[in-house]
Amino acid sequence: MNPVRKRRLILVGLVLAAVGIATGLTVLALQQNMTYLYSPSEVAAGHAPTGARFRLGGVVLEHSIQRASDSLKVDFIVTDRFKQMQVEYTGILPDLFREGQSIVATGSLHGDRFIATEVLAKHDETYMPPEVRDAIEKAKHVEAGGGAPATPGTDTAH
Amino acid sequence: MNILTLWFHKLGSPPTFYRLAGLLLPWCYGIGLLLGLVALYSGLVLAPRDYQQGDAYRIIFVHVPAAWMSLFAYAFMAANAFIALVWHIKLSEILAMASAPVGAAFTFIALVTGALWGKPMWGTWWTWDARLTSELVLLFLYLGVIGLNAAIEDRRQAARAAGFLALIGVVNLPIVHFSVTWWNTLHQGSTIRLMGPSKIDAAMAWPLLLMALATHIWFFGSVLMRARIALLQLEGGKDWVRKVALDEGAAGG
Repeated sequence: MNPVRKRRLILVGLVLAAVGIATGLTVLALQQNMTYLYSPSEVAAGHAPTGARFRLGGVVLEHSIQRASDSLKVDFIVTDRFKQMQVEYTGILPDLFREGQSIVATGSLHGDRFIATEVLAKHDETYMPPEVRDAIEKAKHVEAGGGAPATPGTDTAH
Repeated sequence: MNILTLWFHKLGSPPTFYRLAGLLLPWCYGIGLLLGLVALYSGLVLAPRDYQQGDAYRIIFVHVPAAWMSLFAYAFMAANAFIALVWHIKLSEILAMASAPVGAAFTFIALVTGALWGKPMWGTWWTWDARLTSELVLLFLYLGVIGLNAAIEDRRQAARAAGFLALIGVVNLPIVHFSVTWWNTLHQGSTIRLMGPSKIDAAMAWPLLLMALATHIWFFGSVLMRARIALLQLEGGKDWVRKVALDEGAAGG
């Protein structure tokens, strides 16, 4: 390689390395701020900002949804299978909202209740036909000796 | 000089590339279109419904290949920009600048289809989570490269300046890819995985992979087409261009 090209190669390499390191450090520094959501365990451990709005992520606990009869108010419990959090929301919920569904709620803590202003459904990365799903459910059922079927989308709390 | 470097030098010469690209081009477009149509039919009609999303999941057959292409096209552009910066090879400058608009189009498609899916499934068109934001930054990088390339008068200087921007933007690629594992995002993790089992049924996976293949082939067709035109513009007035113009003019009547 002739000297001119070698110099250019080194120069480009150095610039790339510098940009890479700068970005790496920025990403590390943002690790806290860029967290899109907190799980109920993290909230319980005091990692979530108090008095400020943040996002709560988790699974809607089975048999915990209570709808008010005269308004759009909904009460439900969000869990990461370790800790639970009571959530209150008034408004229209997305199609995928159901028991056992991963959701992301935006709002703030009022005492030990989480008052949500927005509820989004988080979809997991699993795609399969309904027949396969039924077969898996059946197999799980047999394995668990006829116990309650496991719920999908429980992967929110990494 | 060994045979491989000789072959490489020949391929890098504009007349040879122009001729070879002209031969490859109809195949790229033909096979890409054919595979794309087969993949679209098998994805939208043959593949079974999803257990949770019903038919709405079928946007995956457009969204995921487009998102992969947005990353692949950027990597291809940056690799060519790197060669152009270090070795000042004319063809690499042209290939890098030719892939920018194609990659930008794929990024745009990925963002739009994602928003269309997000509204019914998540309940929102857009949210500032790490995956969505970094993909938007990727679109802006593409637009920056295209804009910088267009802003400078001298074609070769323009390509190298824009190529430098493209090369710096490479740091965004791992951020886009790993954003869903590094941070808690609303966007789900990768469904198709190179390491470990994929999280999609085989009946749904093959149309998706077929579509990914089709978009790659189409991408190369599109880049070759743009590169040929850019070569003619850059080399205009040279003997081989004059010859091409006379030959094709005579053939076209």
